[in-house]
Amino acid sequence: MRYISNTPAQQREMLATIGAGTIEDLLARIPQKARLSRPLALAEPLAEGDLVRHMRALAGRNADAESFACFLGAGHYDHAIPSPINHLISRGEFFTAYTPYQPEASQGTLRTIYEYQTMIAELTGMDVANASIYDGGSALAEAALMARDITGRNEVVMTAGVHPLSRRVVETYGQGLGLQLRTAPLGDGITDADGLRKAVSGKTAAIVVQSPNLFGCLEEIADAAAVAHEAGALLIASVDPVNLGVLEAPGAQGVDICVGEGQGLGVPLGFGGPNLGVLAVKKDFIRRIPGRLAGATVDLDGHRGFVLTLQAREQHIRREKATSNICTNVALCALMGTIYMSIMGKAGLVRVGELSTAKAHYAAEVLAAVPGVRLRFGAPFFKEFTLALSKPPERVARRLLKDRILAGVPLARFDRKLRDCLVVAVTERRTRAEIDAFAAALAKAVA
Amino acid sequence: MAEEVRGAAEGEPSEALKPVRGAAEGEPSAASKRSYDKLIFELSSPGRHAFSLPEPDVPKSDVQALLPERHLRRQPAELPEVSEVDVIRHYSRLSRLNYGVDTHFYPLGSCTMKYNPRINEDMARLPGFGALHPLAPEEASQGALQLMHELAADLAEIAGMDAVSLQPAAGAQGELAGVLMIRAYHLANGERRTKVLIPDSAHGTNPASTAIAGYRVVQLKSEANGEVDVLDLERNLDDETAAFMLTLPNTLGMFEPRIIEIIEMCHAKGVQVYMDGANLNAILGIVRPGDLGFDVCHFNLHKTFTTPHGGGGPGAGPVGVKSHLMPFLPTPVVTRREGRARRSRRRAERSVDAKAGGTPTYALDWNRPKSIGKLQTFWGNFGMLVRAYTYLRTMGPAGLRSVSDNAVLNANYIMKRLEAHYDAGAPGPCMHECVMSARRQKKLGVTALDIAKRLLDLGFYAPSIYFPLIVEEALMIEPTETESKETLDEFCDAMIRIAKEAEEHPAVIHDAPLTTPVRRLDQTRAARYPDLRWRPPAESSRV
Amino acid sequence: MANVPKELKYTREHEWAKVEGGRVRVGITAFAQEQLGDVVFVELPKKGAKVAQMQSFGVVESVKAVSDLFAPIAGDVVEVNTELTGAPELVNQDPYGRGWMLVIVPEVPGELDLLLSADQYEQHIAGSAH
Repeated sequence: MRYISNTPAQQREMLATIGAGTIEDLLARIPQKARLSRPLALAEPLAEGDLVRHMRALAGRNADAESFACFLGAGHYDHAIPSPINHLISRGEFFTAYTPYQPEASQGTLRTIYEYQTMIAELTGMDVANASIYDGGSALAEAALMARDITGRNEVVMTAGVHPLSRRVVETYGQGLGLQLRTAPLGDGITDADGLRKAVSGKTAAIVVQSPNLFGCLEEIADAAAVAHEAGALLIASVDPVNLGVLEAPGAQGVDICVGEGQGLGVPLGFGGPNLGVLAVKKDFIRRIPGRLAGATVDLDGHRGFVLTLQAREQHIRREKATSNICTNVALCALMGTIYMSIMGKAGLVRVGELSTAKAHYAAEVLAAVPGVRLRFGAPFFKEFTLALSKPPERVARRLLKDRILAGVPLARFDRKLRDCLVVAVTERRTRAEIDAFAAALAKAVA
Repeated sequence: MAEEVRGAAEGEPSEALKPVRGAAEGEPSAASKRSYDKLIFELSSPGRHAFSLPEPDVPKSDVQALLPERHLRRQPAELPEVSEVDVIRHYSRLSRLNYGVDTHFYPLGSCTMKYNPRINEDMARLPGFGALHPLAPEEASQGALQLMHELAADLAEIAGMDAVSLQPAAGAQGELAGVLMIRAYHLANGERRTKVLIPDSAHGTNPASTAIAGYRVVQLKSEANGEVDVLDLERNLDDETAAFMLTLPNTLGMFEPRIIEIIEMCHAKGVQVYMDGANLNAILGIVRPGDLGFDVCHFNLHKTFTTPHGGGGPGAGPVGVKSHLMPFLPTPVVTRREGRARRSRRRAERSVDAKAGGTPTYALDWNRPKSIGKLQTFWGNFGMLVRAYTYLRTMGPAGLRSVSDNAVLNANYIMKRLEAHYDAGAPGPCMHECVMSARRQKKLGVTALDIAKRLLDLGFYAPSIYFPLIVEEALMIEPTETESKETLDEFCDAMIRIAKEAEEHPAVIHDAPLTTPVRRLDQTRAARYPDLRWRPPAESSRV
Repeated sequence: MANVPKELKYTREHEWAKVEGGRVRVGITAFAQEQLGDVVFVELPKKGAKVAQMQSFGVVESVKAVSDLFAPIAGDVVEVNTELTGAPELVNQDPYGRGWMLVIVPEVPGELDLLLSADQYEQHIAGSAH
């Protein structure tokens, strides 16, 4: 067994030292009636070659973004992943290390976390970012619980453009604590301003705005912040950090807690996981922030070093009074993000955003020109937009698979009223030829 | 912050440091290991770049014309400006400041730092897995859904559970899911139970997850050997109690001998019993939580099932339940519908390619009205699921049994070799981990922390320290099954050496570590004056 | 020799109370700060808040631990030591002096008498030390 180093001879030596006859002797404390009396009913092991064949067969039955033109979005995006990332995160010292409990032996990881915190704070325009949360949805849930804790209020107003699956995560986290959710209605693709004001009250802990929202439209974050603050509530904004090279930073718009899904920052689509949950706050809330934080300090010789800090907030010290139950962060995904942001850098992230939005606007124009297709909403959009189709979108999407196109996300599952709608995302990876082919195929599918 | 020490590239002695007092002969002084100390921002040079992006190929590409001005960024984000060489060299050098399983024995108790197989990494990177969008149509994701279905079934078999959800992103989320399902179960039975019992030896996520679920935590005292105080349990079992959470083996590495009786006691009062699966590496193929009577358990794929720790994540924390809790599982559930021709064969004979006869189809079932909801936006940490699946297909049933056998053997070997020099946290034999106490050494002024730091100098990552809380000066040592006798002997030799140093010249322990990239760090300063982001030298770094 | 000033009153949770005319000043004892280690943060209520006897009014954090702070008596918080925000180390350096935390105007007469005397507190901590 190639992962177990000890031979039978070595096992015998060790047993002799211990003073036991067999390994079974070491299990004597376990009552017989507790013991499993048969081998586990699992498939027999495969030699590596056969295993690879089996896995390739499974992988081959999936329409992935390397073999299909991917126009799917709604939370995960087919942004390009620069080649150095995989090489660097595959270094064993990074991916086989664990949490930096002994900081002297973990300076590599701690420095990359500090860099990550810096870059996310800078991108989002907030004061402090943590070392990451599991994904955008759980980050949003943590933000809602933070707002509840900070304001002492129990209601969260979700604008209608918030991703329904992320909203579900908030409901799940809040169900034991009696968190109440209210919805502010949708106008023409973005939150209706009057509807928002009416939904907010003295019971509101926070307003949640997602921008761009589920439909791809750009919300008025600063206006929502004003409404929230007037009512003594916080503003939570859920954003896609990749867009922030071009789009205004949440911190410059009055946002109190900024969350988001950072998958677009060099993390593979991965069928939805692992992901990169972003959480960043104003400095007033630094001690309420969940999750890990890396901080700079000095060692005995006065040399710069990094440690996990403000740990008294966390579960291993505060236990049931902790700011959260979170233990791990998604360190390796945060490292992918850090390396991505270093490679893209100041100019590159702007270019990614510019290319994505330019191609998206081109795509919206040519697709909406197809008879039987129209742009559903009038609000400005960034790299994603919603089309209303004259034929059921699921059927259209199925047809386009034959042309090796992943056409977009049908909205029927999320909102029955919008069951004629398809959300289309366009990143810098989509070529004009792919977009034109999409339009041609779409024309045939809705004819 | 600190200026770079002149001449401090790796291998060159720095002028700033004094000779090390008490360093044993042949050990490199801290000076020669003064290491790389840059942050990526400090390598920036305006105009440098590492990206490669195409020119726009669509007619209108001026963002100012496409978007309203109020949505556009006014101040550019100050991200680094570096070349690709800078990026590769910087992160490569940073990686060398870390200890990892690949380079060091890493006996962190309860973390199961076993070898991370490379084939797992290759398989996770197959484009059909790595580049698959979660919202791709189900008929175009059959390979992924099949993998999830089979993995869930395998984990259920390993734990003796009826169903498994792969959605939770980490152990703590698995716990939260488990406790929320228990809550939903009681509510569905019309019962309002308000508290959860948790031993004082439990991992901190247990009470933290319980608190999020809205329960009051009642801490039970453990016996000195870490076993459940059955009388204290009995006193606290009533119809207000929703659940009892246990780790098995417990956090002292001991199997709870009265476990079946304990679970029966709980069930008699309508109390659900949860198993924290962090220590599953001890009992694969030996004991199954479901057979003992547990109602729900979670798995840590990044512990038992070799998915890499990544420097602190990502993990994956699937949760397994008995049938009475199935209605409450997180949404969606991966289902399988048989193909037209043949019914599925017995699992042990299952062919690896199910294409013969009618192919089953896999789907996501959203029709789950009693579900507790979602732990994360999509379906789970699929990349980690691929790795765990690959591991199970590599090991097979006998292989998994041999994992636990060797994990138990290795931990007992260490316990035996150290028993003359360190107190045991509880009398042996242990299971996959042993808890030693530095009580004797504390009397000489040497703490568990000091011992951990000295181990770093001697080329080992330290065991977990100060956990479990019920053992004084605890050192929790989990070697795992992938370590060889030679490595264990080197580690034990080092621990014995430290015990002797504690008696003969403790200064070398108090000064440790000396050979790591930095010496002991000022945690107080880091917490009093939090410096959580880099700022250019003109500004202060203090938040 | 324990540092337990004779003129103060104490709680079992290691707070001290000092009568100053019609007001009571509150902090944590030398024993408490020693157990905690280096104090990194103190969370205190705002001026004007009401506290109840033996209810938590805040939290004191060290690098490795966190402890609730319990009000020795019920009343209104009329002063809060804002110096502790920038200099939490005062709790370690001068727990009975500049490390004070709150000043309370007592609501219930006689509650102070329920607290421990210096001798009683000294016995209490001698019992828990190992």
